[in-house]
Amino acid sequence: MSQSRTDGFVVFDRVQKSYDGEVLVVKDLNLSMPKGEFLTMLGPSGSGKTTCLMMLAGFETATHGEILLDGKPINNIPPHKRGIGMVFQNYALFPHMTIAENLSFPLEVRGMGKSEREAKIKRALDMVQMGAFGNRRPAQLSGGQQQRVALARALVFEPELVLMDEPLGALDKQLREHMQFEITNLAHTLGITTVYVTHDQTEALTMSDRVAVFNDGRIQQLAPPEDLYERPENSFVAQFIGENNKLEGVVETISGDRCTVRLDDGSVIDAKPVNVSQPGERTRVSIRPERVESNPERLAPDAHLIDAEVLEFIYMGDTFRFRLRVAGRDDFVMKYRNAQDQRRLSAGDKIRIGWRPEDCRALDA
Amino acid sequence: MTTTDLEADAVRGGEPLKRSLARALRRQKMRALLLIAPLLIFIFVGFLMPIVSMLTRSVENNIVQDTLPQTVAALQDWDIDSEDLPPEAVFRAMAADLQIAIPDRTALQVARRMNFEAAGWTTMMRRALRAVPDWDLETDGPFRERFLDLHRDWGSLETWRALKAYSSEYTTGYYLAAVDRTMVSGHVEPLPDNQSLHLMLFWRTAWMSGLICFLALLLGYPVAFLLANIKERHANLLLILVLLPFWTSLLVRTSSWKVLLQDQGVVNQFLVWIGLVADDNRLTMINNKFGVIVAMTQILLPFMILPLYSVMKTIPPSYVRAAKSLGATDWTAFWRVYFPQSVPGIGAGAILVFIMAVGYYITPELVGGPSGMFISNRIAHQWYVSGNWGLVGALGTILLLAVLVLYWVYDKVVGIDNVKLG
Repeated sequence: MSQSRTDGFVVFDRVQKSYDGEVLVVKDLNLSMPKGEFLTMLGPSGSGKTTCLMMLAGFETATHGEILLDGKPINNIPPHKRGIGMVFQNYALFPHMTIAENLSFPLEVRGMGKSEREAKIKRALDMVQMGAFGNRRPAQLSGGQQQRVALARALVFEPELVLMDEPLGALDKQLREHMQFEITNLAHTLGITTVYVTHDQTEALTMSDRVAVFNDGRIQQLAPPEDLYERPENSFVAQFIGENNKLEGVVETISGDRCTVRLDDGSVIDAKPVNVSQPGERTRVSIRPERVESNPERLAPDAHLIDAEVLEFIYMGDTFRFRLRVAGRDDFVMKYRNAQDQRRLSAGDKIRIGWRPEDCRALDA
Repeated sequence: MTTTDLEADAVRGGEPLKRSLARALRRQKMRALLLIAPLLIFIFVGFLMPIVSMLTRSVENNIVQDTLPQTVAALQDWDIDSEDLPPEAVFRAMAADLQIAIPDRTALQVARRMNFEAAGWTTMMRRALRAVPDWDLETDGPFRERFLDLHRDWGSLETWRALKAYSSEYTTGYYLAAVDRTMVSGHVEPLPDNQSLHLMLFWRTAWMSGLICFLALLLGYPVAFLLANIKERHANLLLILVLLPFWTSLLVRTSSWKVLLQDQGVVNQFLVWIGLVADDNRLTMINNKFGVIVAMTQILLPFMILPLYSVMKTIPPSYVRAAKSLGATDWTAFWRVYFPQSVPGIGAGAILVFIMAVGYYITPELVGGPSGMFISNRIAHQWYVSGNWGLVGALGTILLLAVLVLYWVYDKVVGIDNVKLG
């Protein structure tokens, strides 16, 4: 066990979890978070991200491995002694209590005096601009307001770690975007360490310091949002984050950070080797739609170009989308910014496309 | 367009909006009504009419007036507090009335009616039955002495006071009897202790039902909690076990308690066998209150569990989790967060069990004995032994009112909208 792996504020050390004794929902999870970080666990449903959060909160026990909080193992500490704030998916505001009573609850169970409680409740409610709502009941508030109260309740007892389980899932798009901003702002201002679970990649990319992409019980990639999008380390991450075109073939040549791949239909493309090391390996390459270039003049003279046929043109306002047939596949997407000088292709047009080698990543097959 | 514009438009089209809407919906309404008509008729005939009939019987008293109209009229002038017997005119009227009533066979019905209030009327009437038809109203007077010759009670003040007190077309007499009061003397006064039974039975019914309700809650709450919080597959199995008694006859269930609890029953035998109870000093657990409470708690338990379960199932586990993450111990999380949310279930279960218990008949009848008797057993007794339909109606009405009041109070306190039964 290396020192760096266990000296974070929150540490998962080779954690496994199985519910039925047969299938591992979480397989060998290793994660170390420094204090003050906003980390998002992102993944499809059933990928183990919520299970991880529940293990951290203490509602599930790890079947193997250790979870450390501030250097201390917490596997055997019951949830109410962990002092971790938590925001639930449906907010879980107690319906039979007023907003102020909801916020008072964590302070009361800590045996805090009345005047101290009131001061803290006021400060927490003001923090989320809900100061005027103390006497209302949760049912009398809108979704966004409930969300704020849930946040205030999770923060009112000043925990150092806050967990959020898809807290914005029930809000409409506009409110969600606004709350994303507020939550990150609050977390950074207060310097709280936050673990945030979501299946919404936009949320993950916009809010987080780092994102852990979960699939099949493992962290597929743990990186800052930019790295995740620009430099996915495997084909799952490439597929899961943002829109992505994939082509399959065999590595033909490799030299440094450039390689060429012969696709299954015989054409050759440029790529950057990520998960391949020698010629002859099968690979799946991944190119972002906005990095596909149909104007050869913008590419290096020796760039490989391949034939494509426009199948569909979709006008999306700020962007144009073209669905192309490339190397026998009908689902290749190319995206342009809607600019004055932009060329509008129409269905049936035959074009040549290419890309910069560094934009096309040769990943695992 | 505003509402007024819309309305104006509709008026211009020939008819107001409301009327055309009503016309458009009429067919739909008629069809819906037709569909539920069989049920409505059934409820009307099988439920509402008996209740109305019961209410009527509890105050109806025209038999005295119909059968003895002249006597009742003659008694008008006689002061009920008078220390003198009624005048000759009353006796004469009685003779005249009876001469018509005896061949009609209604005289004995009056006697039976009056017998509910004061013993002795049947004997008096039987004596009169034989003699009065032979009297000549013109020549055979004075009739006071003739009546007194037949039976000395014809000459008692109580007889005439009772007759006057219970001679009006409608009477509160049955209700007075239902709360152990009488007005045979012309004034409302308590019945003697040896005849007072109803108030004690009402009270016993109430407190035993309350206790049964409480015990069912005590036993049912954990079961419902378990049902709501285990895996669906297991919950279904457990639910079948809860419902199993429903599929067994009530009589069988009650009788099996007899088998268990009687002197030579399973429980006593076991206690004697392990030496906890001496063989000649077996516990009396049946034909008393204990037997009723045990059996009824078991029989009514599902009615507590089901509403509780249906409410608890809707309480998301995240509330308790939230409470724990906020620092509450298991107990605090349960008591301050889970329990308050299960209160509507407790209310629904409690009111259901209490109302059913208050009206329970078979179980107290079979395992109650005299000391475990409920008011419903008394009602049944009044019905098929005494045939006192008026009193049955009065007792039943009081029971119905008590339940309605309870329901009303409950609605004020918990709110009937919060009740979920499944």
